Amino acid sequence: MTPPLLTLTGLTKSYPGVVANEDVSLTIAHGEVHALLGENGAGKSTLVKMIYGLVTPDAGQMVLNGKAFSPDKPSAARTAGIAMVFQHFSLFGALSVAENIALGMENPPKMRALAQQISKVSDQFGLPLDPSRIVGDLSAGERQRVEIIRCLLQDPKLLIMDEPTSVLTPQEVDILFETLRKLRDAGTSILYISHKLEEIRALCDTATVLRRGNNVGTCVPRDTSARDMAELMVGTRLHDPERRDRPKGATVLDVKNLSAASHSAFGTSLKDVSLSVCKGEILGIGGVAGNGQDELLAALSGEIRTKRGMISLDGRDVGHLPPTSRRALGTLSAPEERLGHAAAPDMSLMENAFLSAATRKALTSLGFANWGKTRGYADEIIARFDVRTPNNQVAARALSGGNLQKFVVGREILQDPDVLVVNQPTWGVDASAAAAIRQALLDMADAGKAVVVISQDLDELLEITDRFCALNEGRLSASVPTTELSVEKIGLMLGGAHDLETANV
Amino acid sequence: MDWSAINPAFYVASVMVAATPLLLAAIGELVVEKTGVLNLGVEGMMIIGAVCGFITAVETGSPSLGFVGGALGGAALSVVFAVLTQFFLTSQVPTGLALTLFGLGASAMVGQSYVGIVPPKMPQLMSGADLNAFERIVLGHDAMLYIGLAIPVAVWAVLRFSRLGLILRAVGEDHNAAHALGYKVMWIRFGAIVFGGACAGLGGAYLSLVRVPQWTEGMTTGAGWIALALVVFASWRPLLIILGAYIFGGIAILQLNLQAAGSTIPVEYLSMSPYVITIFVLVLLSALHKYGISRAQAPAMLGRSFHASN
Repeated sequence: MTPPLLTLTGLTKSYPGVVANEDVSLTIAHGEVHALLGENGAGKSTLVKMIYGLVTPDAGQMVLNGKAFSPDKPSAARTAGIAMVFQHFSLFGALSVAENIALGMENPPKMRALAQQISKVSDQFGLPLDPSRIVGDLSAGERQRVEIIRCLLQDPKLLIMDEPTSVLTPQEVDILFETLRKLRDAGTSILYISHKLEEIRALCDTATVLRRGNNVGTCVPRDTSARDMAELMVGTRLHDPERRDRPKGATVLDVKNLSAASHSAFGTSLKDVSLSVCKGEILGIGGVAGNGQDELLAALSGEIRTKRGMISLDGRDVGHLPPTSRRALGTLSAPEERLGHAAAPDMSLMENAFLSAATRKALTSLGFANWGKTRGYADEIIARFDVRTPNNQVAARALSGGNLQKFVVGREILQDPDVLVVNQPTWGVDASAAAAIRQALLDMADAGKAVVVISQDLDELLEITDRFCALNEGRLSASVPTTELSVEKIGLMLGGAHDLETANV
Repeated sequence: MDWSAINPAFYVASVMVAATPLLLAAIGELVVEKTGVLNLGVEGMMIIGAVCGFITAVETGSPSLGFVGGALGGAALSVVFAVLTQFFLTSQVPTGLALTLFGLGASAMVGQSYVGIVPPKMPQLMSGADLNAFERIVLGHDAMLYIGLAIPVAVWAVLRFSRLGLILRAVGEDHNAAHALGYKVMWIRFGAIVFGGACAGLGGAYLSLVRVPQWTEGMTTGAGWIALALVVFASWRPLLIILGAYIFGGIAILQLNLQAAGSTIPVEYLSMSPYVITIFVLVLLSALHKYGISRAQAPAMLGRSFHASN
């Protein structure tokens, strides 16, 4: 019997404060699509970086095709037949497709020959790509093709893909899977990293599950339900958010005929938007991104100021007030873009806690920052929302997406707002963290607060919201109680079928 | 004023001499900036190159060795910058400024006993008072001037066609991606910084050995800053460095000639013009970029420190 392609035995890697991988073993056979499954921060990326030679393990062995394998740099791994497509593409926007591919090769041929090879491989695997185009002009899916073709030109035995679908549209995902299946049939093994369970069930032959740096089990994804895999990943039974009947209170936030221009050149202006939210209620706003979601959040948070009379909070006119004053009055928000909007990427978690909570948590005295108190607040967020980080001094950028999202949402919730507006609260967040965030939002409503959830995830909206409306080209539909919704009805609302409004009035 | 006091052949020949220090320093800085590093210490490296080149030439009697000394001096000072910014991750802007201040002070100290000495003369292809215009402009120069013209062409070819050039550009475009592909970002930048230092040193030595030729304290008088502006003016294109250096050099010579010809235009207007032109070019570039006519020219990582976090 031929030996397996790659065997890992007892791999361990620790960083100061965190054990990223502890005694991880796994085996990848020839021509197998092997899933590496785990929550954000479970150590998946560290494990593949060791295989790819970017990180040196503290202990453990790797055996490739029956021979000991310890790459000290990526070029050594590439020579051995291992190729990797990164989660954040390692592409250079200002360079051409061919130049980008040449950079990832050990001994690239002359540019003209390389361009021919690129065209050939892209035809063979159904990945159309023009070698002379500048990468900066390509879409996310096309950029990924560049990465994949770069890998394929080296005729790899093992292709590592780190969360390849996180930036793709559903159609692009289908094309990608088609390519990966062709590759597998040609004998290439694929190590596929993801936390999207349905994808893994559709594509992978075997799955290894990591939890907090440990290998906690192997399963055959086709024969395992998504729920079982999720529970293996999380380590506990997954709780569906609990939803209780709660009394509806008085209206807190009232928006009347809100029209506002977008700050961004490519944004969508809001047109005549009206909505109201009561105490103890969660209002869901669905719709495809780019239909005014960012602008609606900005108008409610105070980033976009509106005319008087358009937005009122507890009967008080607030549309003209800036964000800090709105915070003081009890409207808080968590925007979609985590790095750069919800958090300052290069500042520490503690500093980020200060930035939005200074007013409501009284973190200043006489104009000076009270760092002692701020540290306490940051630690409270980290503890209450299970943010996995060594300490509160870590830069926001260093946290994985899901962890940072927990921090950002937790930071607002713990300020005890009367109205909380969140945009895409669980985008890119793994199952258990998403459940925790949704539960926290439900708890807020139980405590008699008003919540507005803007999301593209219809399941999420159906799960936690009381009323639903759709945002389409900057116009908001009338709201419908979530319990009366069907998928067809939502589809019509999202498509902007405005006759539905009259039908429901 | 009397325009006939300006002899065209002499004028062009002296523009070429005046442009060479700028050209050398700027092409070095261009390579440095292409890898994403902004070294504002050009002025300091130039003057250290000027004094080291001058001392070497005087002590050995060989102007060629003088240029070697100048290049080594500039490179040595740039190593300080490279170690500080690449290994100790100091911020590039203040480190570069400190380099300039240090270079000005150190060169003044080292060069104290060389003030007023005449250095050995760099041989020219053709010389004499009876050269015709062609001979004076094309052949009447020293070897370093021709080398200075060859360097931007070589840099252009390397950046454009070679793998080394591709890697240099890649590091300046996205150091994280380059690192992920296994390129040694710090060492590539280290090498580029030292190359930039050597070029600036050559430029300085050209000032003290050919253009002036003499050593005086602070003799670069802002040439390093003009070289920095020149990189922007050339929008990071090596061949445009030659054009820009000749324009800026031409302005410097015009300034002298106008004074000699008794012009009434204050010379300050001409001295400030390189910077005004550079600002204009910057505005033009970003306008072209904004309306999608051209791409952003500056390397994306310019001035950003890189630290491999894992």
